[in-house]
Amino acid sequence: MRTVRIGSGAGYSGDRIDPAVELASKGDISYLVFECLAERTIALAQQRKCKDPDAGYDPLLAERMEAVLPLCRDKNIKIVSNMGAANPAAAAVRTRDVAQQLGIHGLRIAAVSGDDVLDLVRILAPPLDDDEASVKALGDRIVSANAYMGAESILDALAQDADVILTGRVADPSLFLAPLIHEFGWPLDHWKLLGQGTVIGHLLECAGQVTGGYFADPGYKDVRHLARLGFPIAEVSEDGSAILTKVQGSGGLITRATCKEHLLYEIQDPSAYLTPDVVADFTGVEIADAGRDRIRISGGSGHERPATLKVSVGYQDSYIGEAQISYAGPGAFARAKLAKEILAERLANYGFQGLRFDFIGINSIHGDALSHSTCEPYELRLRAAGRADSLQLASLIPREVEALYTNGPAGGGGVSASTREVIGMLSTLLPREMVAHRIHFEVS
Amino acid sequence: MLLREIAHTRTGDKGRIVTISLIAYRDEDFPRIKGNVTAEKVGAFFGDLVDRPVQRYVLPSISALNFVLHRPASQGVTRSLALDTHGKCLGYALLMMDV
Repeated sequence: MRTVRIGSGAGYSGDRIDPAVELASKGDISYLVFECLAERTIALAQQRKCKDPDAGYDPLLAERMEAVLPLCRDKNIKIVSNMGAANPAAAAVRTRDVAQQLGIHGLRIAAVSGDDVLDLVRILAPPLDDDEASVKALGDRIVSANAYMGAESILDALAQDADVILTGRVADPSLFLAPLIHEFGWPLDHWKLLGQGTVIGHLLECAGQVTGGYFADPGYKDVRHLARLGFPIAEVSEDGSAILTKVQGSGGLITRATCKEHLLYEIQDPSAYLTPDVVADFTGVEIADAGRDRIRISGGSGHERPATLKVSVGYQDSYIGEAQISYAGPGAFARAKLAKEILAERLANYGFQGLRFDFIGINSIHGDALSHSTCEPYELRLRAAGRADSLQLASLIPREVEALYTNGPAGGGGVSASTREVIGMLSTLLPREMVAHRIHFEVS
Repeated sequence: MLLREIAHTRTGDKGRIVTISLIAYRDEDFPRIKGNVTAEKVGAFFGDLVDRPVQRYVLPSISALNFVLHRPASQGVTRSLALDTHGKCLGYALLMMDV
């Protein structure tokens, strides 16, 4: 049976670059996919595009392309990525420029757009998933609305012999499913194959998280050489079953346990994982050993795709100010508590939407109910955070924490502070007919 | 026995939703995990960190449970004032449960 080997070169925007180079040089792959677009990333990219029409794509695009383009050209590896973010057209131009600088000519770079449905959302004002918010009430605070497009948007680019495909918002597993549909000629209504292909895409989309990243727990789950973690390769057969593996000699590991953990990662109902391509069913997935760092994945299934597409709506929500200060040695906890009382009194009456105080090392992660502290800590860090309507008010948190140096308890040190704008994310649904993808080519 | 001795976990997030998988190291321990770690017990365990009943999905073919937690509005990943805005550390709290 014919197989296709797909490598996963990034699991998020800031991911390591060298594992993708390793995949391109030693992975014997036909496709290299970079998934770089978290839910909020596109709203932030849209804000950058508003300030500069040539910006709004992934900040590491050029660096990644410089690292892998020569290898991919030599070995005829096609690149698929959502690094286009809010501006796939500009990303394609930038990639063309990188290719030309590297002396690569005739490279066909496709920009896939159409996911930006902000104008449509403004006109139709569909209901949002938060009852207390509406498109109308948010008004000008809405900065982005992007529909999750499916594999079809990429298929058209592959059919036109694209070497590099840069999209905006496309559902993560669809980035991997599209090459499989293209290679094997899977019908777009063969829900079982599309479901199984989506399982493979899901297992690959966070890159190192299936090869031993985010897995190690010393003494319980040991993983070797995480500093040079290898990223995954799926060797997919025409029937959709696949062997998950990685470059021999790379760090990390692929076991049934790493695959099980990632199979369920961010999944709600495993029998109905909604994508634009299919409603995938993970409940029958079988995960079997097939040699060292080789795991066989089969049994995924699916049902007819949803009639609607999910749309992520980004809006300017508020501002968060945050600051921390450390206490150490005898009485550290008592001095930190005193500092907290001072801050709470100082910050009480300014109209913050919310204030929060944590003792880092004591209760900052799971709160008082779950945190077990058995002895007086040698050191700890007081953290204050507040959400405000304005940047000016948010910046009061850093100012008040810093003022503890000269006005607070003895021995505080190591203040760090920040303020940031909060982009909130909500979602809605649009009929899929309303979202049409467009493809535009740049050639180096 | 602490859950940690017989199960491993990974936590994911989607906005206000946190998903926690619980996977038996050995298939023979799965009935014990499935019998003891109910949606109700997980909901009670996390207390006011969740604001709706916890949902549980059972995956016998991989000896795993999948929990879906719904966090209060103030705790969503983009707006939360918490240090761990995603809630990614929550799964390891669950491993402290006695079964």
